[in-house]
Amino acid sequence: MYAWHFTEMPYPNLPPLESLSTMRVSLANKHFDPKIGADLYNRYLDEYMIADDLGLNMLCNEHHQTATCIDVAAPLTAAILARQTSKGRICILGNPIANRGDPLRIAEEMAMIDCISRGRLDVGFVRGVPYEVFAANSNPTQTVERLWEGIDLVTKAWGAVDEPFNFEGQFTHRRAVNLWPRPYQTPHPGIWMTGSSDLENIKKAAARGYVFATFLQPHEKVKWMFEGYRSAYRDTGLPGGGGTAYMPLVFTAETEEEAEKGARELTWYLNAKTEPQYRNPPGYVPVDFNVNALKGTFTGRTDAMRAKSMEFLKEEGVMVYGTPDSVAKQIKRLYDLVGGFDHLLMMQQAGWLDHKRTVSSMSLFAKEVYPQIRDLPRTQPLSVKAAAE
Amino acid sequence: MSGSGKITTVKAGGISLEVERRGAGRPLLLLTSEEQLELESPFVASLAEKFEVIIPRAPGFGLSDRPEWMTNPDDISYVMLDVLALLGLKDVTVLGFSFGGWIAAEMASKNTSAIARLVLVDAYGVKIGGPFDRDIMDIWTSHPSKVTAAKWADPEKGKRDFSKMSDAELTAVARANESFARFCWDPYMHSPKLRHRLHRVDVPTLVIWGEKDGVVTAEYGAAYAKLIPGAKFATVPGAGHYPHLEAPDAFMSTLNSFIL
Repeated sequence: MYAWHFTEMPYPNLPPLESLSTMRVSLANKHFDPKIGADLYNRYLDEYMIADDLGLNMLCNEHHQTATCIDVAAPLTAAILARQTSKGRICILGNPIANRGDPLRIAEEMAMIDCISRGRLDVGFVRGVPYEVFAANSNPTQTVERLWEGIDLVTKAWGAVDEPFNFEGQFTHRRAVNLWPRPYQTPHPGIWMTGSSDLENIKKAAARGYVFATFLQPHEKVKWMFEGYRSAYRDTGLPGGGGTAYMPLVFTAETEEEAEKGARELTWYLNAKTEPQYRNPPGYVPVDFNVNALKGTFTGRTDAMRAKSMEFLKEEGVMVYGTPDSVAKQIKRLYDLVGGFDHLLMMQQAGWLDHKRTVSSMSLFAKEVYPQIRDLPRTQPLSVKAAAE
Repeated sequence: MSGSGKITTVKAGGISLEVERRGAGRPLLLLTSEEQLELESPFVASLAEKFEVIIPRAPGFGLSDRPEWMTNPDDISYVMLDVLALLGLKDVTVLGFSFGGWIAAEMASKNTSAIARLVLVDAYGVKIGGPFDRDIMDIWTSHPSKVTAAKWADPEKGKRDFSKMSDAELTAVARANESFARFCWDPYMHSPKLRHRLHRVDVPTLVIWGEKDGVVTAEYGAAYAKLIPGAKFATVPGAGHYPHLEAPDAFMSTLNSFIL
């Protein structure tokens, strides 16, 4: 079991939330104070470096035009960590390849970071959450198609070592593609993907040996997705590769009371406000989902979770919090409930949770929880190479 | 959303399209708005007293195919010209509303051999101002209540009760929303080429606009009309983006003076 530290790098210093209609897309950036931003960036990077010292891996992502995440370029974060850390693996989950519009820039950046880190990089590709299509102005009806075309181009570019090639796809046309540098890892870094309801996408990721990660989902749904992922091996007879990753909000403390207080701070993320037009742009989900949306029966994951109690979220496996022994027990329970997983992705910082308490939680986890779960068996072989063989 | 006419399927360039026909008389091609509210509206019945009203469902609307390669109204206009040819229609009055108006303008800029006259109603399709000018309200980043207020002089009229619709009707609504975004997301609600092609429109043209349209203003409409040689421009008082629905009598009187 590999444990990863994660923060979305929130900017919590906002006017009272009840006075705002949205924290995403159109919240005026006069509310961003660059001096506070400077402190926050440096603090979050410090916490990643502490995670590395503690023996945890480092997971980062990016979003745009939002106070929930001021990491707007995960490759920049990963590049800093590649240089400033020395042990842990660094994963970008992920590159919003459907929204960035230039897959080859991503391929180059990943190859460079992989070299600087001497092969410690894992590369995630994501379709991007609904709010992201506005900042990128990408057509919401074609995000899946752009995602896969981008992945095909990047992986081909990483592997094409003998001669340049041309590419004329639906969304990208490039000539004489010839990456300098190529990735440190051969044939390329491990690839990760996320998913929520599209089982075909999940199976496609499995068939290619990609790690499949879920993000703040109830354990029953995670089990359904992981089963789908694993079934792709059985159906295709592939030997495996990749693996599965489970992400809850995690807070570890000396006492249950402190743990609950810290965990309550983490729910800031779940309570992030967004105006309705940004939550479900036309064509982002299939027509049958939108029929339910028109009926009022489909409101999206975050809305549904917002209304729930912390105890409920703990039961569902969306949150994990408590004393070290309790946290270890909760993780083992979730491990058993979903049929095992290989990576524990921990959102250990959100909202106003300050540096001191974040580091305290991370340290307790690393020292007292991690040893209890580290040897839980892997569900699939680790490397892309193993999948290819 | 099935309308009250006879619906047949036409195959144009390998694409299956639903085409509805109502009434009898000279042919009138009605290209609906993105919300397809015209299908349920009584003004179509009055048109059908004097015309054969032909109402194709654009690709991605109703049960019409939406092939992957189609990305904008420019693509759709070729298919609609194919429909005119396949049905053997001549001297057609082409009447397009909003998104349908954009398709109508694209058609007439390409080939008017089957078109007798053109009517555009609160149409999208051209960019009048500069890069920082907001010619067309961004309906996809605006709160839904603001969009309704901009579209309707009386926003109460814009309320739709989805709870009373069947699954088939809701599917048509959801599919129309999706297809509208597929075709109009970027460039937003316009083709940079269209304004440079509109000089080719060589049939009598009337541009009708709701005086209180807040999505595309009457000023935009007047500028649009100026791009079409000899086009007349008329506004309908007391109406927003859908003058034919909000002020049908005034709208029909303006329309009839041109098409009858």
